Amino acid sequence: MVRDPVAYSFTLYVAGPTERSEAARANLRYLCETRVPGCYEIDVVDVTERPELAEEHRVLATPTVIRHTPPPERRVIGDLESQRSVRALGLPDQGGPPQKRQER
Amino acid sequence: MTGIESIRRVPTGISGFDQIALGGLPAGRCALVAGTTGSGKTLFAVEFLARGVQNFDAPGVFVAFEEPPADIRHNVASLGFPITEWEAAGKWTFVDASADIADEAPTIGTYDLGALVARIVHAVRRSGARRVALDSLGEVFSRFSDTGSVRHEMFRIVSALEPLGVTTVLTAERPEEYDGVSRFGVEEFVLDNVIILRNVLRHERRRRTVEIVKFRGAAHRTGEWLFTIGPQEGIVVMPLAFLRPRAQVSTDRVSLGNAVLDRMCGGGVFRDAIALLTGPTGTGKTLTSVFFAAAAVEAGERCLLYTFDETREQLGRTAAGWGIDLDAMEATGLLHVVSEFPEAASPEEHFLRIRRTIDEFAPARVIIDTLSALERIVTSRALLDFVIALGAVLRHGEITTLLTSAPTGRVTPTVTPAIAMEVASLTDVTILLRYAESQGEIQRGIAVLQSRGSDHDHSIRRFTIDSAGMHIGEPMRGPSDVLGSAYGPGGDLPSPVSPGGEGRQQQDRWGPPDPGQSSDD
Repeated sequence: MVRDPVAYSFTLYVAGPTERSEAARANLRYLCETRVPGCYEIDVVDVTERPELAEEHRVLATPTVIRHTPPPERRVIGDLESQRSVRALGLPDQGGPPQKRQER
Repeated sequence: MTGIESIRRVPTGISGFDQIALGGLPAGRCALVAGTTGSGKTLFAVEFLARGVQNFDAPGVFVAFEEPPADIRHNVASLGFPITEWEAAGKWTFVDASADIADEAPTIGTYDLGALVARIVHAVRRSGARRVALDSLGEVFSRFSDTGSVRHEMFRIVSALEPLGVTTVLTAERPEEYDGVSRFGVEEFVLDNVIILRNVLRHERRRRTVEIVKFRGAAHRTGEWLFTIGPQEGIVVMPLAFLRPRAQVSTDRVSLGNAVLDRMCGGGVFRDAIALLTGPTGTGKTLTSVFFAAAAVEAGERCLLYTFDETREQLGRTAAGWGIDLDAMEATGLLHVVSEFPEAASPEEHFLRIRRTIDEFAPARVIIDTLSALERIVTSRALLDFVIALGAVLRHGEITTLLTSAPTGRVTPTVTPAIAMEVASLTDVTILLRYAESQGEIQRGIAVLQSRGSDHDHSIRRFTIDSAGMHIGEPMRGPSDVLGSAYGPGGDLPSPVSPGGEGRQQQDRWGPPDPGQSSDD
């Protein structure tokens, strides 16, 4: 499959350098690496430093990840610690290690 | 914690609320305002901010969870506040947290409200806000499954706001009246300051009350206080402005419109007095009211005559029977007669209407005939609140006032109307009209029970009514001669004594005026 280098673009909103922020960042990166390696970009916004961006995008909870491309926009709240994130973010199922059992 | 006195207060500007809060909300803290749907929580939050901008030039941030900013904007504008200008000038900032796309997002794993906190803090810093309102929390917290995280998030919001030096109002839903403080039962443990708004259906009437449940470390008045919501006034907590001290008292005397009655009261009543005239139907309450109005017009003073008993036409005809032309008096512009059906509105609404009329007409005298008509639509406690609230407005304007009230039964003069007994303690002059039995015929008797700050006639005097008005004659003497033996023997102060034991209790409460009363207030 041929993919556009930035077929998947995400903004991850976190609040400060907390454990939860780090977990979300690591989980999102892992998901992308395993599902869409090489054709994603993740922009991390720390809302404590850039509150106006949170305001503009009406983000309440942290972590929140917004998938900008491909459309339509999708949002997922939480640290993405479950494999349900794959579906929620609209990532392809194939690629990466076999993980069929986790679909609950 | 330092002394109670040292806690600085932020006046909300909400009518009457700062009086129960003894100055306002504790400064730099969060206060929880909890209530059921329709209890006025959002209005409280809106007014707290709007009156802050308007009265105290304090910029505000409104965090809208439940209703979108467009709806809140509309509410603020309908109260007459220039919300659009305020937003343009940075005096009012919305943080839009209302349900939208954010609600659609699935949640996976753990999260918190860090972004919300950051947005609020940002808005406060940017606008230099001194007040923040969050309305309402239930909307957001219903997403959290356990109370532990609700508590944690509450703490997070509160602890982010307090260092900024802002005073905050948070609203929260209550599932029902008189059961717990709020939906999640945790907010009251997180917040030091809890206010409950209630909206109860009682005796087929809506009754709104506000109660300060706790103000940690700060004094406040306890119990439920009646309030109403006016389309222009917003929240008005009824009786409280009464507690405002009067800067000065008047020594100027005003005639009641009857020379003998004036003498009985010690030379007329003081200009800032509230007089209560009580007596059964037909003893001369309306008569006295009309003559008082005529005396005002004669003195060149504006007089507002409010009747709940008769239509304007009936009153005109009645007055004409005593040779008084109300139409001519109204034509001078000095008299304004308002006739309303008690049932047409709640007592709180009547209060707001009277207050509005007083503001517009600016009378020097006000007459209300009769308060008892309002008893048909309300509990005595609510009526008492009405009178207290009214008293506040009247005293503030130094308006000479005559209120009338009647016992329920025409020939049961022994029973002093409950309202009169309670109201009497709030008024300055109390005048009693009674039917009396003397020498085989029914006569009328009049007595002045109290006249604060004045010597008054202690006798019960006989009076007659004819086409020229009321004629007060000699004191009644001799043995008890009032139907139902209402008056004590001799010319002493009358006390209502009914045959049963309860009369004795009434006597204690009603009693002769306490000597201390004449000098207070």
